[in-house]
Amino acid sequence: MLKLVGGGGGQDWACSVAGTSLGGEEAAFEVARPGDRGKAGGGSPGWGCAGIPDSAPGAGVLQAGAVGPARGGQGAEEVGESAGGGVERRVRHPQAPALRLLNRKPQGGSGEIKTPENDLQRGRLSRGPRAAPPAPGMGDRSGQQERSVPHSPGAPVGTSAAAVNGLLHNGFHPPPVQPPHVCSRGPVGGSDAAPQRLPLLPELQPQPLLPQHDSPAKKCRLRRRMDSGRKNRPPFPWFGMDIGGTLVKLVYFEPKDITAEEEQEEVENLKSIRKYLTSNTAYGKTGIRDVHLELKNLTMCGRKGNLHFIRFPSCAMHRFIQMGSEKNFSSLHTTLCATGGGAFKFEEDFRMIADLQLHKLDELDCLIQGLLYVDSVGFNGKPECYYFENPTNPELCQKKPYCLDNPYPMLLVNMGSGVSILAVYSKDNYKRVTGTSLGGGTFLGLCCLLTGCETFEEALEMAAKGDSTNVDKLVKDIYGGDYERFGLQGSAVASSFGNMMSKEKRDSISKEDLARATLVTITNNIGSIARMCALNENIDRVVFVGNFLRINMVSMKLLAYAMDFWSKGQLKALFLEHEGYFGAVGALLELFKMTDDK
Amino acid sequence: PDGCSVGHGPPGPLCPGPESCPVCVSFAGGSLTKLAYYSTVQHKVAKVRSFDHSGKDTEREHEPPYEISVQEEITARLHFIKFENTYIEACLDFIKDHLVNTETKVIQATGGGAYKFKDLIEEKLRLKVDKEDVMTCLIKGCNFVLKNIPHEAFVYQKDSDPEFRFQTNHPHIFPYLLVNIGSGVSIVKVETEDRFEWVGGSSIGGGTFWGLGALLTKTKKFDELLHLASRGQHSNVDMLVRDVYGGAHQTLGLSGNLIASSFGKSATADQEFSKEDMAKSLLHMISNDIGQLACLHARLHSLDRVYFGGFFIRGHPVTMRTITYSINFFSKGEVQALFLRHEGYLGAIGAFLKGAEQDNPNQYSWGENYAGSSGLMSASPELGPAQRARSGTFDLLEMDRLERPLVNLPLLLDPPSYVPDTVDLTDDALARKYWLTCFEEALDGVVKRAVASQPDSVDAAERAEKFRQKYWNKLQTLRQQPFAYGTLTVRSLLDTREHCLNEFNFPDPYSKVKQRENGVALRCFPGVVRSLDALGWEERQLALVKGLLAGNVFDWGAKAVSEPWLVDSYSEWLQRLKGPPHKCALIFADNSGIDIILGVFPFVRELLLRGTEVILACNSGPALNDVTHSESLIVAERIAGMDPVVHSALREERLLLVQTGSSSPCLDLSRLDKGLAALVRERGADLVVIEGMGRAVHTNYHAALRCESLKLAVIKNAWLAERLGGRLFSVIFKYEVPAE
Repeated sequence: MLKLVGGGGGQDWACSVAGTSLGGEEAAFEVARPGDRGKAGGGSPGWGCAGIPDSAPGAGVLQAGAVGPARGGQGAEEVGESAGGGVERRVRHPQAPALRLLNRKPQGGSGEIKTPENDLQRGRLSRGPRAAPPAPGMGDRSGQQERSVPHSPGAPVGTSAAAVNGLLHNGFHPPPVQPPHVCSRGPVGGSDAAPQRLPLLPELQPQPLLPQHDSPAKKCRLRRRMDSGRKNRPPFPWFGMDIGGTLVKLVYFEPKDITAEEEQEEVENLKSIRKYLTSNTAYGKTGIRDVHLELKNLTMCGRKGNLHFIRFPSCAMHRFIQMGSEKNFSSLHTTLCATGGGAFKFEEDFRMIADLQLHKLDELDCLIQGLLYVDSVGFNGKPECYYFENPTNPELCQKKPYCLDNPYPMLLVNMGSGVSILAVYSKDNYKRVTGTSLGGGTFLGLCCLLTGCETFEEALEMAAKGDSTNVDKLVKDIYGGDYERFGLQGSAVASSFGNMMSKEKRDSISKEDLARATLVTITNNIGSIARMCALNENIDRVVFVGNFLRINMVSMKLLAYAMDFWSKGQLKALFLEHEGYFGAVGALLELFKMTDDK
Repeated sequence: PDGCSVGHGPPGPLCPGPESCPVCVSFAGGSLTKLAYYSTVQHKVAKVRSFDHSGKDTEREHEPPYEISVQEEITARLHFIKFENTYIEACLDFIKDHLVNTETKVIQATGGGAYKFKDLIEEKLRLKVDKEDVMTCLIKGCNFVLKNIPHEAFVYQKDSDPEFRFQTNHPHIFPYLLVNIGSGVSIVKVETEDRFEWVGGSSIGGGTFWGLGALLTKTKKFDELLHLASRGQHSNVDMLVRDVYGGAHQTLGLSGNLIASSFGKSATADQEFSKEDMAKSLLHMISNDIGQLACLHARLHSLDRVYFGGFFIRGHPVTMRTITYSINFFSKGEVQALFLRHEGYLGAIGAFLKGAEQDNPNQYSWGENYAGSSGLMSASPELGPAQRARSGTFDLLEMDRLERPLVNLPLLLDPPSYVPDTVDLTDDALARKYWLTCFEEALDGVVKRAVASQPDSVDAAERAEKFRQKYWNKLQTLRQQPFAYGTLTVRSLLDTREHCLNEFNFPDPYSKVKQRENGVALRCFPGVVRSLDALGWEERQLALVKGLLAGNVFDWGAKAVSEPWLVDSYSEWLQRLKGPPHKCALIFADNSGIDIILGVFPFVRELLLRGTEVILACNSGPALNDVTHSESLIVAERIAGMDPVVHSALREERLLLVQTGSSSPCLDLSRLDKGLAALVRERGADLVVIEGMGRAVHTNYHAALRCESLKLAVIKNAWLAERLGGRLFSVIFKYEVPAE
């Protein structure tokens, strides 16, 4: 496995950019990343600092308990939100079910899509004229939906929303009820492609958190950079960031419909950013663009383009900010929408060093909105969501598309450094059920300590070769066979790392076996907690996301197995292609939302 | 049981009797063996017997009213021994030599070791090893201790004093969740004696802590790992909320110290981590995880009591602390993490009970023998493994089978909330200090009394000295670890002294004193009754009450009680007496001599004359100078011979003499003889009279009953009197009527 992505460059992303003038960037970038593009694109790059996902940083064990009355489960973040200045969340959540229904429609894609063709496309948010025809596997959908419908009754909110919104059942939109959305495309694009905004009541509209650039000169420049004829569209570049405990996830929208006039007007450093990001797949030593995840020909906020997915370790955050400063990023007057704990941790640095004001967003909100959005636009014509058929039979187990058009209620398990578990009843109605500190960070941390490995990729590679049963004590190791009294199979793990109590066995164990045991232990534990939460919340669909699952087929299959086996087939484990990027996507969506609200 | 101690245990004077069986062995946690066996032990007991008066016309002036004889009595006792597996052979030798009688064919074994040592056991003992299911044994054992040992369960609160807070015996122990943390974790929902269900488990348990800990720290022993953990800083290894959020966690109202990702820092930071820090992080990770799962299961099954056991917990304050923290955190205080004093014995007890099913030990009540049991060790986290070893390597529990089953007094207002003891000495450091000193100072006197009670015994002095040593040691243990035997109370101190005296064959040091005083008092009875009868009704009521109180003072040589009364609801009582008679009074008697004969009996007589039936309850076994049930029978018989009222009442069963089931100077209304309870129900008792400092002040002072009650005592202890705001010999006269 390749480890040094930076190649000969040896510099890391921020450093390589630092100090160069606008004109010199391209060269610097080339030094940084010669020839690694393909590998990065293949999704299996190694990178120096950490491949570990992050996510829900607040997560952990911590707020597990916090079930606030209004939001049902979010205590800590809720406070955070208000303290951070956002009125939005607080206002939105207490809303009555009726309001939620109203909100549900646009999410279902109602307003903007008027043509039958578009209706047939699954998007709640159209991907525009070039949107792919129904993806393979879509044919299954109706069937799956039917199957999934009986699962719904558990949660009243989800059910009622589904019932009202015919779309959820048959894939067709109800007669459009055009909400007063501000992000309209104007005459040319029509309203068909604009990402739909929540038709929030005025008093519920998210309020801009930060003083906007308000000097006359700034406003003037701002206006100039805006698309002609469109008012409330944010200036480029469009970024969404999710700064986790281990990993920063960045999504970047690259407009592909730039007119000659725009091209001319595009300021130099904006152009260089675009070129830099889109012509490289790795940035510095540790930044990676997941080319295979790129969403092509997407229409966002009335513009057509590609959505790029980039990640780098959180420890490179300061260099990133430094770069922002040196690139005079603040002159672009874009709003940096950021979520994750790092949005708070680095806020001051962004302001002081780079003169950038972060728009801080709640990570769980972003996660859910991002997930729903990406699922709705699909994955370049393929479905975003999938499951494993025959999860308990290793030979017949295979990946199958799953239609998440009617996702509620769902248990959303976000596995980053730590793990957060949410019960989602509708787009805006969810609660944080619990969380655990045994997550991706624990897997990598323990693996590093036990095997001396340094990266997530390395750890997973070792785990793939190992055998955990040498490390774990199995039921049969204790009872000589099955433990019949309790119906436990002899092959079940009785004690993770239990064999390591013996010195002889410790002395003879391989690193690969240790890595595998660590992976299995962490994964099964998450599965076990998720399963209990699903039972307690009476939800039978469990959606696993987060970067812990990146290139981690072992864990995915284990989770699929665990959900199915222990529930006797009652629970279904679902996965999404863009695993760890939903928070960042959600943050980007907030950028459009903010602009709408102006 | 000296033989079994293989050189480790405190030698005891009692040899197992000839019927020592069955036997069971329980292995758990890989390194410790629990041995449970059943023995019959011979006790000396003091018996009283009326002289045969048929041939004599009159009783001579100085002749004792009855004769005392010391007899051998055989009682059943359950022994539990815990020791390290290294002593397995010595243990088996002991079983072979002492315990297995010729008819025993099977030995019960449970736990992982049952497989490991099966061949060894079968070869050595020529017995078939009957392997019992681990969890079944565990649950049977758990039910047994919860039902039979007061203050078995406790919550652990690290930063409070005391750290252990014991639960009073709950009459309804079901349903509950048992989380057994061995190498893995089993979560069992227990619904009834025989119905339980494995509801879940986790492979992340004690074995994970040990195995992973050994890999990370190169530390081999479990105890050493815990010791490392107790000194570590997990925040050096774990990624905390503040690491993710920066300083913002404060403004966000997040607790920055919460763990976002266990071992998260070792994934990103390129540095060395200390063994202590890693062990601590591991401990938190595993404890939090188990606590979280336990809470999820408790919630799913709507249970709020979760008992934790297994070698991960076993008496380790470090793990009890982290588990408690986790349970509180995840359940927001809705679920209580409970631990058990005899957790380590559950498997052995259960295996034993299974093996003894034809005897059905569950039909009996059992009492912990404080004299023969090691107390719960306080091993502060700072204590090194070597210091902790004592509790880990050798430990004893003895349970005596009680003659008759014990139950709640049916008249308790709310059995679950009844707490017999008035002052919790584990809680009240000042009182604890006072009473421990008080009992230490009284020890010489008790020893003298014990020797004097057996003038014909050659080894009385020697045994008395052993008693002194044993009780002194218990007191010292309790000074260090007040929670060693559950909640420390004046009652437990008194009971422990009785158990120790019994242990060294001083069954009744006061028998002669009681005999003499009873004789004197009996001779005074007719005169006292005559003078009482001569009084007017109202004067007589006061005189009767004063008689009860004076008799109560007598043994301490007081001449007069202190005025005014400290608690005085006499006028309410008098008012009540002017009303209709009670249907039936239950009276708990106290001292022998003047108290019972000149205080209680005239009072009983007055009640009988009013048309009230009387149940007179006396101790089953001796304790201090308290009148025992068998003595009370003789005394009643003698009084009946002098007084027609008592005579006819006895004959007509309007006066009934019963035993309490207790041998304590105090009174636990939740553990009373089943026959007494039945009688109370049958006769519809509507008045309870509790007399004496031990029964009405040290215990039951706050007891709430469903019927009227009288609590009478004279405070014969200056310190206590002052504490209660009175003087020495202050009177407590507490007449209570339950709220409608």
